[in-house]
Amino acid sequence: MTKADIIESVYERVGGYSKKEAADIVEAVFDTLKATLEAGEKIKLSGFGNFVVRDKKARVGRNPQTGEEITISARRVLTFKPSQVLKHALNS
Amino acid sequence: MKKSDLVEAIAQKNNLPKAQTQQVLEDVLECISVALARGEKIDLRGFGTFSVRESAARTGRNPQTGDPIHIPARRMPGFKPGKELKERCNAELTK
Repeated sequence: MTKADIIESVYERVGGYSKKEAADIVEAVFDTLKATLEAGEKIKLSGFGNFVVRDKKARVGRNPQTGEEITISARRVLTFKPSQVLKHALNS
Repeated sequence: MKKSDLVEAIAQKNNLPKAQTQQVLEDVLECISVALARGEKIDLRGFGTFSVRESAARTGRNPQTGDPIHIPARRMPGFKPGKELKERCNAELTK
């Protein structure tokens, strides 16, 4: 499934929009999600899950090919924790 | 930020009615959930990929009593952020 399928569904199920408008509004949804996470803010979507940006400290890693030690710099990673509802939906 | 805050932000930024924005957001989440339940992968360019991960059955332990418990094989939703989103989340640190 891709974004095009989601746009099609929004176009069919949420009335009052042309296909172009449906595409724009779906795009707007993802743009806002991205901008919010970029700002480091977490997003809690009840019934779906939480997106959380986590700070990782710098650590020493190893190049698995050469065995050489390298420093892995501090970074921010995005994690998704699915809600109970979503987990249940996949297992029923 | 919870769902209602997100609806507010999307509606305001794009000059859209709140009720419809909420409907669209719910439908987007519903689409993803239903596809995952069917075992499908959802590829959202620029955002990331949702997929179903299979986990094997294993023996766990009740942390309170120490009793072994059987954890059956199950399917777990997974998310892998796309390149653009990954880079944007990191932007502040690499600046």
